Amino acid sequence: MAKRIEASNVSSYYGSFKAIDSVSMVVEPKTITALIGPSGCGKSTFLRSINRMHEVLPNARIEGSLTIDEQNIYDPDVDVTAVRRLIGMVFQRPNPFPTMSIYENVVAGLKLNGVKKKSVLDDAAEQSLKSANLWNEVKDRLGRPGAGLSGGQQQRLCIARTIAVEPQVVLMDEPCSALDPISTLAIEDLMFKLKDRFTIIIVTHNMQQAARVSDKTGFFSIDKTGDPGRLIEYDDTQKIFSNPNEKKTEDYITGRFG
Amino acid sequence: MSLLERESSDVVMTPDNIRTKRMSVVVNLGIAVAALAIAAAVVYGFGIGNYVLVVVLGVVFYLAGLQIVAGRIEGNRAARDRMVKALIYAACVLAILPLASVVWTLVSKGVGRLDGDFFGSSMNNIGARDPEGGAYHAIIGTLEQVGIATLMAVPLGVLGAIYLVEYGRGKFATTVRFFVDVMTGIPSIVAGLFILSFWVLIVSPWFNNGTPRFSGFAASLALTVLMLPTIVRSTEEMLRLVPGPLREGAYALGVPQWKTIVKVVIPTALPGIVTGVMLAVARAAGETAPVLLVAGGAASINFDPFAGGQQSLSLFVYQQAGDASRYAPARAWTAALTLVAIVLVLTVAAKLLARRNSLSK
Repeated sequence: MAKRIEASNVSSYYGSFKAIDSVSMVVEPKTITALIGPSGCGKSTFLRSINRMHEVLPNARIEGSLTIDEQNIYDPDVDVTAVRRLIGMVFQRPNPFPTMSIYENVVAGLKLNGVKKKSVLDDAAEQSLKSANLWNEVKDRLGRPGAGLSGGQQQRLCIARTIAVEPQVVLMDEPCSALDPISTLAIEDLMFKLKDRFTIIIVTHNMQQAARVSDKTGFFSIDKTGDPGRLIEYDDTQKIFSNPNEKKTEDYITGRFG
Repeated sequence: MSLLERESSDVVMTPDNIRTKRMSVVVNLGIAVAALAIAAAVVYGFGIGNYVLVVVLGVVFYLAGLQIVAGRIEGNRAARDRMVKALIYAACVLAILPLASVVWTLVSKGVGRLDGDFFGSSMNNIGARDPEGGAYHAIIGTLEQVGIATLMAVPLGVLGAIYLVEYGRGKFATTVRFFVDVMTGIPSIVAGLFILSFWVLIVSPWFNNGTPRFSGFAASLALTVLMLPTIVRSTEEMLRLVPGPLREGAYALGVPQWKTIVKVVIPTALPGIVTGVMLAVARAAGETAPVLLVAGGAASINFDPFAGGQQSLSLFVYQQAGDASRYAPARAWTAALTLVAIVLVLTVAAKLLARRNSLSK
């Protein structure tokens, strides 16, 4: 069920400001791809372009083509909600719905998309929470508010919510940047587990994390503030972190950047 | 000598001494008593006023005395802190006083006619010499007029606010927002005149064989005009407070925008929206002028909001307060008390309802 993503010459704009310039990359199914690079280099913008979340912001637009198993998601007759059902997203800060309980949060995607059967929802909630390694911690208090959990638990709740709708691809935008090392480890373990079922793309500032979890790594950078971000190098993680082709990549991962 | 000690002479604490002297409560009370005593002596000695001036002068003397005495004991910074704190408490009391006074006056004067007769009968056939008579017809009028107005204004206002926040882009939205702002300042009498000239004089004859007529519904229309901008603005502010990541979280699950608004955005903003709506309802319930202009008022019970003049509580208060009968003022006070009680009950009920829907307690 995991799908292949192919971006060719993707450029994203905020109004007249060009945030990323002509990014091309292929992401194979059932792999973890890490996007690294300095702040403001367009990693998140590129990630948000993959599930058409970029266009939520006013005046944002995109050029180039992004295909998921040969279908261009930016074709005019594509339903944007269908794209997002196919490509789920986990955000930097955990964002459980504050008016919903833990249970309601997990099944929110299903329920709001029209699934009504209680047994189906119960099953999905249990399966997703188990996949997100959260079931044992919350199974006795599913009716409590989702916002009452700790930060790490909230983030796993958001991951459970995302995989409950069974997407093909999961995008993660710095999912561990607000978490402590133990919660981070829990989420990395979780990513390995989810790799069997989903294609995962993760944006991270933590180079060790990129090296630990990913199969492939893309390095984004900008020349100077105001310039669009570009994909400098995209290769096997092993290669990027041991013997990169580009000088810039090497400077960045060894901490000699700028 | 440290930089602080050299440049800021009122610093009592030094690196070697982080303790400071505290002024005792007894001294504080002493200052207060002395201030009041001096104020009393000054006021009554010169014969320039009564106890109100004593209290006002006393507070001023107390603040000055506090600054001087506490400055000696604790140092200038701590004394300033004490004085500003006392000032803030005084301002708070000053703000609450009129409110408490209004409530006290209402209750003490309104309790006289709180009887079954007041809530069970109208002013039909009540002459200037009759002590009976009640506001039953006015209560019905207020509930019907404000109820219908709420039914019209809330959906329109909330939907308008949703448009402005979630969909509105460009010139049209800016124009709408501008006119909503302008409408907020419309005097209620103008809203009443608008409905009088438009609904009562032009539209109502179509339904009444060519004769214009007053109705409670016309009052509802005027109240709707008054409630709309308040509801739109307050709902708009509340919707804007809903964090963007919540919306994006729902979009990322493949939830369409309208469903995100209905199931995620509105429930999150609901307590605030309810508060805004209740403010509008309270304002509408207290309006007199538009009701006088388009519903006309009545002495007898009229359940039908669509035909014939109707009374409302605020209009009842206005008329009874100006009535020559010696029994009328008591009726006016009780009606005013009833009006406040109705608004209070509605507000509390709405708040409870809004809270039960959300999990955060």
